Amino acid sequence: MTPRRTCIPMLACMLAGLAGIPYAACASGTQERLNPLLPVIPEGQGTRCVEDTDFMRRNHMDILKHQRDETVLKGVRNRKYSLKECLDCHVVYGPDEAAVTASSPTHFCRSCHDYAAVSIDCFECHASRPETAEMPDHPRVSGNVSSSSASSGSR
Amino acid sequence: MTDTPGFDPARRSFLGAMAAAAGVTLAPGVMLYAIGRSPAASAKPLDAEASAAVRWGMLIDLNRCDSGCDDCVSACAEENGLRGFGRPETDAQWIRKVDIRNPQTGNSKSLPVMCQHCEDPPCVDVCPTGASFKRADGIVLVNKHTCIGCRYCMMACPYKARSFVHEALEDQKPYAPRGKGTVESCTLCVHRIDADRQPACVEACSDTGGGAMLFGDLNDPESDISKRVASFATQQIRADLGLNPGIRYRNL
Repeated sequence: MTPRRTCIPMLACMLAGLAGIPYAACASGTQERLNPLLPVIPEGQGTRCVEDTDFMRRNHMDILKHQRDETVLKGVRNRKYSLKECLDCHVVYGPDEAAVTASSPTHFCRSCHDYAAVSIDCFECHASRPETAEMPDHPRVSGNVSSSSASSGSR
Repeated sequence: MTDTPGFDPARRSFLGAMAAAAGVTLAPGVMLYAIGRSPAASAKPLDAEASAAVRWGMLIDLNRCDSGCDDCVSACAEENGLRGFGRPETDAQWIRKVDIRNPQTGNSKSLPVMCQHCEDPPCVDVCPTGASFKRADGIVLVNKHTCIGCRYCMMACPYKARSFVHEALEDQKPYAPRGKGTVESCTLCVHRIDADRQPACVEACSDTGGGAMLFGDLNDPESDISKRVASFATQQIRADLGLNPGIRYRNL
């Protein structure tokens, strides 16, 4: 068999994946995966998402981007489209029963983004898991600054 | 500073008034109503925008601020997830205690210094991307989505209030996002203010410290801070710069 022939079934698989045919089969992490190439998408903790799944798959980035500007610039803190709320509901627990961060491939956002080869910048600044998770212990910031002159308080 | 023409707030406000007048003339038929300040202006609903009728500020009574106490600093670090890397030169510092002493008299004071939330912030003037901005209610913030980490604002700030994040971070607090390559500073605990709570430093100061810090709306004549600012002499640090900081000190 030539290498070209072995490629054909794989290509067919990828095309099927792109067409979204077996989405229903891979939508739940608990169901058996029919195709190992497709991502395992963990289920949320709540009963239903703030929007339909199809809508969220296509538009979550626009919603989050709009919300971020409203929140940072104007102080509008709607909970519906808040990234924090997304992560609270879509929390995934690891084998040690702690919520996983975006450094784990099983993280809700990563499971799809890895598959789609789209990098996520959000978690360079944003927390990728709910706050209840144990924080690692780093040395605390502290510092008293002493000055011998009463006039040098600012510069 | 005496040779160069300094910043003149009166000139700026005059130009602003002229521009506003021109705007009214250019748009006839558009009626502008001044929105009256409601008594509960501070209790902002979560889905409402920050109101320009509010000017958040703080009054710090230095007679109640003990030199050895840094409860405000640790409360800030705890609240905002500031963790050091053992490198004091570059570790983030949103609030610090500064001990000052007058060498002539020996009189010494200890004061917490953080972003002073100026009415005319130099950091906003110099920011090339508009990431450094002042919210409608007077809180000066960094929009880290547009901050490119050039650090002009750190140079411009006369209070050395800003820090640059040099290290990759993880496990930030969900309500205090911060990351490598961006500038940050005291947010006046904006996430708490939007939830009608006091900043963490103020809360810690009244709980375990000397109760030196008072937070409130400087625009509301009925607020505690406005009454106190009206009855006692208070100072701003580097008031000569004319930036009108929202953080005021008493007994400096």
